[in-house]
Amino acid sequence: MPIIQYREAIRQALAEELTRDANVVVLGEEVAQFNGAYKVTEGLLERFGPKRIVDTPISEAGFIGLGIGASMLGIRPVIELMFWSFYSVAFDQILNNAANIRYMSGGQIHCPIVIRGPANGGTNVGATHSHTPENVLASHPGVKVVVPCTPYDAKGLLKSAIRDNDPVMYLENTMLYGDRGEVPADDYLIPLGKADVKREGKDLTIVTYGRAAIQSLAAAAVLQQERGISAEVLDLRSIRPLDIDAVLASVRKTHRVLVVEEQRPFCGVGAQLAYMIQSEAFDELDGPVARLTTVDAPSIYSPPVEVEQLPNPQRILKAAVEAMA
Amino acid sequence: MTKKPSAATEGHADPPAAKLGFAGAPVNAMLSAEQKIGLYRMMLRIRRFEERSLRAYQAKKIGGFLHLYIGQEAVAVGCCSLMGKDDHVITAYRDHGHAIAVGMELNPLMAELYGKVTGCSKGKGGSMHFFDPSRNYWGGHGIVGGQVPLGVGLAYGLKYKGLKGACMTFMGDGAVNQGAVHEAYNLAALWELPVVFVIENNGYSMGTSQARSSAGELSRRAEAYGMPWGECNGHDLYEVRAFMAPFLERARDTCRPALVEIDTYRYRGHSVADPDNTYRAKAEIEEYRRNKDPIQVFQNELIAEGVLDEARAEKIDAEVRGEADLSADFAEASPFPIAADLQKDVYWEADNPGERRSGGRLFFN
Repeated sequence: MPIIQYREAIRQALAEELTRDANVVVLGEEVAQFNGAYKVTEGLLERFGPKRIVDTPISEAGFIGLGIGASMLGIRPVIELMFWSFYSVAFDQILNNAANIRYMSGGQIHCPIVIRGPANGGTNVGATHSHTPENVLASHPGVKVVVPCTPYDAKGLLKSAIRDNDPVMYLENTMLYGDRGEVPADDYLIPLGKADVKREGKDLTIVTYGRAAIQSLAAAAVLQQERGISAEVLDLRSIRPLDIDAVLASVRKTHRVLVVEEQRPFCGVGAQLAYMIQSEAFDELDGPVARLTTVDAPSIYSPPVEVEQLPNPQRILKAAVEAMA
Repeated sequence: MTKKPSAATEGHADPPAAKLGFAGAPVNAMLSAEQKIGLYRMMLRIRRFEERSLRAYQAKKIGGFLHLYIGQEAVAVGCCSLMGKDDHVITAYRDHGHAIAVGMELNPLMAELYGKVTGCSKGKGGSMHFFDPSRNYWGGHGIVGGQVPLGVGLAYGLKYKGLKGACMTFMGDGAVNQGAVHEAYNLAALWELPVVFVIENNGYSMGTSQARSSAGELSRRAEAYGMPWGECNGHDLYEVRAFMAPFLERARDTCRPALVEIDTYRYRGHSVADPDNTYRAKAEIEEYRRNKDPIQVFQNELIAEGVLDEARAEKIDAEVRGEADLSADFAEASPFPIAADLQKDVYWEADNPGERRSGGRLFFN
């Protein structure tokens, strides 16, 4: 199987869906002539032309709103946010319009739009460019939220997202763009709302997603090697819909849970997970649900300190050991 | 009314047919007598529907906001009467007039106001959120200016599909200072999209007059985006049609946007729940009602033309009053949605379980 980068996997998904469906159009800042701020869309303009690959002005509320309007007529826009952090200037379009129009119209309209781009810290760009809004997005019924962490997942989930008839928020990670992995060159789909056991284990379930899943895998290897603790790493992949059954199945096996996420603790995805786990599998738990998040402050610039603010294998290891105590 | 001086159209063409009288404009001259009466009836239908809805509101049958369009009827009817098969409409929260003008029936509209399951949005949208995609009517939007990028997107969709149509994107004078509106102007002009932005200028953004909220002239801002623009009076249905028709044709034919401002007036408060005595004088309302009421103006015109007489006008009025009353009866007799309906119409996939591809939980209680 070909081994390609995460960014290439996303590009493959875009190219395959652009080829399959003439109504798919890619819009965003620097996606065409510049080849993408992170080179995700490199070469697509040359291949598909300016009608399908469209450079936008810096105008997120404008072009996201435009994409939503076009989607009501059956266009399937895939809109790149250079950083998901910029969603805040388009909040009304995404979370009042895309999320609510179906409901407010009594089901007469649907908005098949995908908004994608990186949502992560760790690149020393400070607080304004390091938001992780998956919790904010997922708290709005009407939208779906996907956070892939491997090239294989990135391609299969994006293709499903583009074919989905609901608005899908697809959160990537700049720290993963260069990661390599096996990705089939042909057409395959990964359904939204299906978690993936990235590592099997029997002593502790680490529920995680995004880059935190990659770091949890590194921590799990050390846990096994140095402590003899067998950690299962469950990658949610989708936040909404949420594969809570997979979470509960793992909890029933290990009886201990650590949630690892690149979110602030207050009302983060892990808060919802902890509530659901205690509510639906209380008797299975041998200890309280543990949680490791980004340290609760705006994202710091200072490079070595930002590493300590975010989840990292050392912090995860420590949290896992505490969860086993 | 604290508005800019009227007819500030320097550097721009006079409204078409101004010298001939608007009735003689081609788009009006082509109307049959029955079509003219149809337009009259449509305006009256909006008026009587809204008066009936106001009574229902006062009787506490309707909750929330009720933004009445009374006084502005010639704008929606004039503009929407020009729609072709591939023309589309989107507007803000003062949306009853446009909904009726595109042809929506009164029963589902009144039922929506009553919050009933027979409403056009099954009781889920309310007054500000009427939709009918089958009539190219895309709402009905509650956030000031928020619908304007959507209208540009509809125009983008038309152009993408190679359809020869235009999207009339309505907004109030209070919307013009929102950032999203300017972003939409820029995209429409930059990408040459077939949209006609229509500012329905009723002089007040809620209780703040234009003079206290907007610098410069509203429609003239189009010049900064290289868009043609124009301004007309909104109380004369013939003038609205004569003025709008070339802008729509140009948008359809050349795939280019324009920005027009139609001066109008609302008789009621911003919403009926708002006190209407802090920012304008009763005399101002009375003056407009006496001299510029769009229904009276058009009735006078049609009587002068010999198309209509008092007896027929009274008969039409009785008919549309009856229709409005029946819509209230229909709404009253209809059931409310039930709690089990709350989580329907949220996700397409949840509403089409046979075609669902995703797994996992979509709802969390």
